Amino acid sequence: MKVKMLSRNPDNYVRETKLDIQRVPRNYDPTLHPFEVPREYVRALNATKLERVFAKPFLASLDGHRDGVNCLAKHPKSLATVLSGACDGEVKIWNLTNRKCIRTIQAHEGFVRGICTRFCGTSFFTTGDDKTVKQWKMDGPGYGEEEEPLHTILGKTVYTGIDHHWKEAIFATCGQQVDIWDEQRTSPICSMTWGFDSISSVKFNPIETFLLGSCASDRNIVLYDMRQATPLKKVILDMRTNTICWNPMEAFIFTAANEDYNLYTFDMRALDTPVMVHMDHVSAVLDVDFSPTGKEFVSASFDKSIRIFPVARSRSREVYHTKRMQHVICVKWTSDSKYIMCGSDEMNIRLWKANASEKLGVLTSREKAARDYNQKLKEKFKHHPQIKRIARHRHLPKSIYSQIQEQRIMKEARRRKEVNRRRHSKPGSVPVVSEKEKHVVAVVK
Amino acid sequence: MCKNEAEKMNATSAESLLALRQQELVDLPKDYLLSTSDDEGDSDGERKHQKLLEAISSLDGKNRRKLAERSEPSLKVSEFNISSEGTREKLVLSDLLQPTKTSSSLATVKKQLSRVKSKKTVELPLNKEEVARIHREVAFSKTSQVLSKWDPIVLKNRKAEQLVFPLEKEQAAFAPIEHVLSGWKARTPLEQEIFDVLHKNKQPVTDPLLTPVEKASLKAMSLEEAKMRRAELQRARALQSYYEAKARREKKIKSKKYHKVVKKGKAKKAVKDFETLQKVDPSAALEELEKIEKARMMERMSLKHQNSGKWAKSKAIMAKYDLEARQAIQEQLAKNKELTQKLQAASESEEEEGDVEENGLLVPDVVHKVHMNANELNPWMQRSCTSDAKEAEIQKDPEQLPEPVAHQDSESEGEESPVEEEETLLKEFEERRSLRKRPELNQDAEPAGHQEAQDASSQEVLSELRALSWKLNQENHQSRKQKGNSTRAVLPVQREEPAQEEEEPLLLQRPERVQTLEELEELGKEGCLQNTELPRPVLQGQETERNPDDQPGAPKKRKRKEQMIDLQKLLTTKSPSVKSLAAPTTMEMEDEEERDQKQMIKEAFAGDDVIRDFLKEKREAVEASKPKDVDLTLPGWGEWGGVGLQPSAKKRRRFLIKAPEGPPRKDKNLPNVIINEKRNIHAAAHQVHVLPYPFTHHHQFERTIQTPIGSTWNTQRAFQKLTTPKVVTKPGHIIKPIKAEDVGYRSSSRSDLSMVQRNPKQLSVRHKKQLKRNPVD
Repeated sequence: MKVKMLSRNPDNYVRETKLDIQRVPRNYDPTLHPFEVPREYVRALNATKLERVFAKPFLASLDGHRDGVNCLAKHPKSLATVLSGACDGEVKIWNLTNRKCIRTIQAHEGFVRGICTRFCGTSFFTTGDDKTVKQWKMDGPGYGEEEEPLHTILGKTVYTGIDHHWKEAIFATCGQQVDIWDEQRTSPICSMTWGFDSISSVKFNPIETFLLGSCASDRNIVLYDMRQATPLKKVILDMRTNTICWNPMEAFIFTAANEDYNLYTFDMRALDTPVMVHMDHVSAVLDVDFSPTGKEFVSASFDKSIRIFPVARSRSREVYHTKRMQHVICVKWTSDSKYIMCGSDEMNIRLWKANASEKLGVLTSREKAARDYNQKLKEKFKHHPQIKRIARHRHLPKSIYSQIQEQRIMKEARRRKEVNRRRHSKPGSVPVVSEKEKHVVAVVK
Repeated sequence: MCKNEAEKMNATSAESLLALRQQELVDLPKDYLLSTSDDEGDSDGERKHQKLLEAISSLDGKNRRKLAERSEPSLKVSEFNISSEGTREKLVLSDLLQPTKTSSSLATVKKQLSRVKSKKTVELPLNKEEVARIHREVAFSKTSQVLSKWDPIVLKNRKAEQLVFPLEKEQAAFAPIEHVLSGWKARTPLEQEIFDVLHKNKQPVTDPLLTPVEKASLKAMSLEEAKMRRAELQRARALQSYYEAKARREKKIKSKKYHKVVKKGKAKKAVKDFETLQKVDPSAALEELEKIEKARMMERMSLKHQNSGKWAKSKAIMAKYDLEARQAIQEQLAKNKELTQKLQAASESEEEEGDVEENGLLVPDVVHKVHMNANELNPWMQRSCTSDAKEAEIQKDPEQLPEPVAHQDSESEGEESPVEEEETLLKEFEERRSLRKRPELNQDAEPAGHQEAQDASSQEVLSELRALSWKLNQENHQSRKQKGNSTRAVLPVQREEPAQEEEEPLLLQRPERVQTLEELEELGKEGCLQNTELPRPVLQGQETERNPDDQPGAPKKRKRKEQMIDLQKLLTTKSPSVKSLAAPTTMEMEDEEERDQKQMIKEAFAGDDVIRDFLKEKREAVEASKPKDVDLTLPGWGEWGGVGLQPSAKKRRRFLIKAPEGPPRKDKNLPNVIINEKRNIHAAAHQVHVLPYPFTHHHQFERTIQTPIGSTWNTQRAFQKLTTPKVVTKPGHIIKPIKAEDVGYRSSSRSDLSMVQRNPKQLSVRHKKQLKRNPVD
């Protein structure tokens, strides 16, 4: 008689101790798991689709201002606190977790032109159309106290922007010239000027903190060295630059938001050609702010949308808009790199997710693994036409859409004309100018 | 001033009278300066003496005349009594020094003068803007230098596989307990009580948190000593328990093998001991030897090592199937031999033969076979092969030979099976993955390798045969299907699409199950034939001869055989046409010259036969495009599994899914064309058309796509490594700008203010100086 029986080695399925994790037999023999490419492709496709399904970036709208929001500032120590200044001279401090205004100050008469927080987070500075610079305490006044600034500096001219030093008790204002102030004094330590024009914004370099950048209405960007009390270099672009922002991880990189719908990322050591020209907006770019990781930045535009650009790419990866959002004047990326705030003409501050389809809240390890896997799959198959199509698809307001089409046509016409001109002139007389070089008029030493 | 002096000096040298006056005139600061050594009185006396001398000399007439002459220019004497004589001559500095040459104290003056001479005139200062520009340039170059220290960090961060933000590691701030306690006061009665207790015991607050009592107890034995002692004790206890456990375990073991091993070990040890003993104490060794001899005799007498025992018999039976059993038997035999050998040492040669014979009788043939194939790596494998071959031979005789197609399949299977059994698991995985990655390549390459040696014409014939038979089969199959099942009318439509490649995931044709008896038989043959390597020409030659004889089989089979014969006929008629294809133009050309040229070309390109290559290529393409059967057999289900065991033919038949025949190839009737039928428009929509940017060759891109990253194909660790995100941020953590300290740099400026707080004007002046010193910095 034949007895057939199965025999197994207990070593293969019994744990050595009770504390060991259960042995899960897996056979990675590739013949048992065929079609890896098609299967992963389908997974990537699904991940891409789901990403679009879950892309709901808009979180909240903070309303309460009675005029357009002109400037925003982050709190350096608290993620939940945001400051905003409006066109009627009102400054509001918001709590993002509650999505409520916690304090309102009538800071200036006329616009609040600029607002910045001190590096320690105990006070903040505002400038306005009334030619004053005011320092305020971050905490509200005690019971019975009046809302009063800590210091007020009365200047001769209007200050159009302000920024605080990242480590020391110094701040810089701009107007007709760039002034550097000690907090304790009523007159500037030094003022730097190069030519005569109104300077619209000034920004301290967050890494090499003695560096400043400013942009003026005569289309130039000027860099200053605070230690040597001298301007360094000036670059003149085609059109006016509205503001600049330094990369918080790369000391010599800054991005300029220009009136000609583009953003220009410069290496400040080589200003004659920008590192990258970022184009997608269809109207003047009004503000720009880097993500604290230094990998991306967000730009606010007059075309009623904000866009997120990777630093190394010339095209945006994301565009945010709502029906009610008007010209976006200011934008900020929060310090934890998860959210974006934008203040616009129609008196609202909007809070967006920086990553549109990201799940908020605590993730389990399995969720994290799945997210990472999906991310990698999307990256791996991003060149495949179907996946690319779905990942790139965005809904745009009709105005923006039609403007994009229009501008495409215009650009094509210009290109064609240039090609024709080149064809009909002496070889070499019409040189090919790359997109990067096209927009820089001159670099002044 | 200088010039005036020079003139004066000149005058003195020319004229003695004037000299007097001059002397007086030049008494001057210079005198003071230069001849400080002479005292006043001396100089006065000398002067007087000089005057006298001059007065005397003036008595001479010549001199007077001279004087008159010289006095002429004195008309032009200025109010300062300086004559302007000699104005026309250019004065050289060295002239000035001539009279003073002797005095060494004037060296410094000379030096000063020479320095004055070498100096050029000062240029006009630069205008303000220019200066500012230079400032800016210098400042810019300095700043650029400062910034360029960030280059490596920026580069590193840009290339980093993963960046975790925030960059700086937060140190958890530990407040020392004293601080906590000092700032804390007991408020509730409970807290008060606790505090009281603590104070009563003099519980210290600071670091060695020990009460005096504890300290005292600690002092009794130092900590290290105590630790050492405890460790020692622990070790002793552990050893003891270990030995106990070991002894208990060994006592319990029933395994004979184990005991055998132990015994062997003991014996070995005994031998060793004996050897040592021999050296040390020969008499004791002799005794020992005797003991051993006795033991051996006992052993021999017991007949334990003959093949007659129950165990030996059972092993002899098992030896057929079990390697270990076989080995055991051999061991036993060896032992037996060893034991018996010593007594019959005299007639060794005769006995050996007998032994061999005995062995032959006692041990089953299998063992012999193993001996025969001892050089093989895996004798068991060999056995299975040979037995299979035998079976195959047996089966082959009554039946007809299988079609070449079947043969082809068997080949491809055959190449896999040894791989399966030989290699280690991991290696095998990799290999097979790579195999599967380029299935066409592999399959193309292998037959090519086999066939290279064979005659080209026979190759063509063979390929034709294959194609035709395949086609016929298909027709046959279809007709049968239509007869049997009317509902399958959809099938041909389905078949029109060619079988899919791996890369085209969307369209997967459903293969059919093998159903008919005929196919089953075929399969059986395939299975049997797997390992038989028959030369192909023989196969072809025999086919026609074998087919007619001893075939009592089903009518269906005969029918097919007839087809086969027809096929062969077709072949013979067709093959010349193919050949004519190879040289179609030769017949047309009549001219000898042309023929010569042709000949020359032929000679020149004798090596590369383009047409044959093309035919070969086409053949390969045809073969590659043929649908493959799917074998779903799972070894070990419902039967014994293991290395070298193959699932039964019945099972294989049951689980083999035969691929449906595709539609005829489009280039079937076009001998000079290969039409690629792989392209699929449905799949093309999902495929990348243009090579994406960073890749330079499509192989690179394909390789990145083909490496799976999912956990289905990778181990957990590899999966985690493959899916690490590029940027990781922690929710709720503020990411601060990168700092020089974070990346190991000293901060570039201790204070940015330090410079500014000075007067900027001053700063600029200082800068100017600096600039002048080295204008190009």
